[in-house]
Amino acid sequence: MTDFFSRIGRSTLGTLARLGRASVFLWHALVGLPGLILRPGLVVAQIYSIGVLSLIIIVVSGTFVGAVLALQGYNTLVNFGAQDSLGVLVALSLLRELGPVVTALLFAGRAGSALTAEIGLMKTTEQLSSMEMMAVDPMRRVVAPRLLAGFISMPLLAAIFSFLGIMGAYVVGVGALGLDEGPFWGQMQSAVDFRDDVMNGVIKSLVFGFVASWIAVYEGFDAEPTSEGVSRATTRTVVHTSLAVLGLDFVLTALMFG
Amino acid sequence: MNIARSVEIWVGLFVAAGFAAMLGLAMQVSNIPLFQTVDGYDVQLRFNNIGGLRERAPVTMSGVQIGRVKAIELDPRSFDAVVTVTIRRDFNEIPEDTGASIYTSGLLGEQYIALDPGGLDFFLQDGDEITLTQSALVLERLIGRFLTSMGDGGDDD
Repeated sequence: MTDFFSRIGRSTLGTLARLGRASVFLWHALVGLPGLILRPGLVVAQIYSIGVLSLIIIVVSGTFVGAVLALQGYNTLVNFGAQDSLGVLVALSLLRELGPVVTALLFAGRAGSALTAEIGLMKTTEQLSSMEMMAVDPMRRVVAPRLLAGFISMPLLAAIFSFLGIMGAYVVGVGALGLDEGPFWGQMQSAVDFRDDVMNGVIKSLVFGFVASWIAVYEGFDAEPTSEGVSRATTRTVVHTSLAVLGLDFVLTALMFG
Repeated sequence: MNIARSVEIWVGLFVAAGFAAMLGLAMQVSNIPLFQTVDGYDVQLRFNNIGGLRERAPVTMSGVQIGRVKAIELDPRSFDAVVTVTIRRDFNEIPEDTGASIYTSGLLGEQYIALDPGGLDFFLQDGDEITLTQSALVLERLIGRFLTSMGDGGDDD
């Protein structure tokens, strides 16, 4: 019986300790951010590996998510004779929810796991400790640029995702299903508000970008320096990021549109 | 640290594409108010009941959009709804005795204001008021009236 409770206690304390370490870690990384102004090259290289290399999956899934939304939405809306609202349906779902959330989930799988594995391996092969030996702060040299790059890349990826999704819906709706072009754009434009819908989506993806890259770099930095530990840390990154994104999305939606 | 030139180019393209997508969303998908300040003149319309009319709803004449609803207020004394609409400058020869009604586009669509041109030689100016208006059709009232008339018909038998 006491065994049972001690196990609960241990896991609770462990979780709390990890949260505390993650916060302290974040603080150190944020302190390292201003120094990056002098070395923008570090950030550019990271934006390349985080943002540019994620483009293909974002482009493909954005287009297809929009196209499928248009197909499904059309089949439902046509029952009510409201197929002219297809543009509104697709644009609002993409801008408010699907764009930021699906991009963040794809980001966790494509870029977050890579970040964790990279930093975890640096730790395993003792590159991080050798940096410290040479008086190079790995927080500034390794962690801060990756954090900033994720923060910059996510809203751009989400905007590309939403835009291509709407274009995919346009191709399916107007091109294949024979909707009229006028109401498709016209109703969309009168229903979508720039500040309420577009900007709130951007704010969402900024938050997701921050959280996703924080979790990714922290898990890599905190990984056990064994091959098994790195693999576990990578899994944790994807799982924790997905859960955090979905949970935060609910909170943000309640705050913004509730 | 020297980064390859191709990396820089790719990052530049990526950032440019991201901003282009945001710009596209702003311009094409939403009607960003910043770039959408209609160059036109304001006219006020008085309605008994505006139903579900909202700000930025279209104002049409013969089905063609010529402006947008700018503001909706309630006159505190007469309890009329005062709707301020902005009409595009190109349409500056609208007769003064033009009438306005609120219609719904489609069965469940949004509500808009339709102007029916009058025949006077005096034209609407900035700050003018249209009083020849027809209120929105409120479905509940219509059903209520229909039910009452049904009841009356039943009594006659």
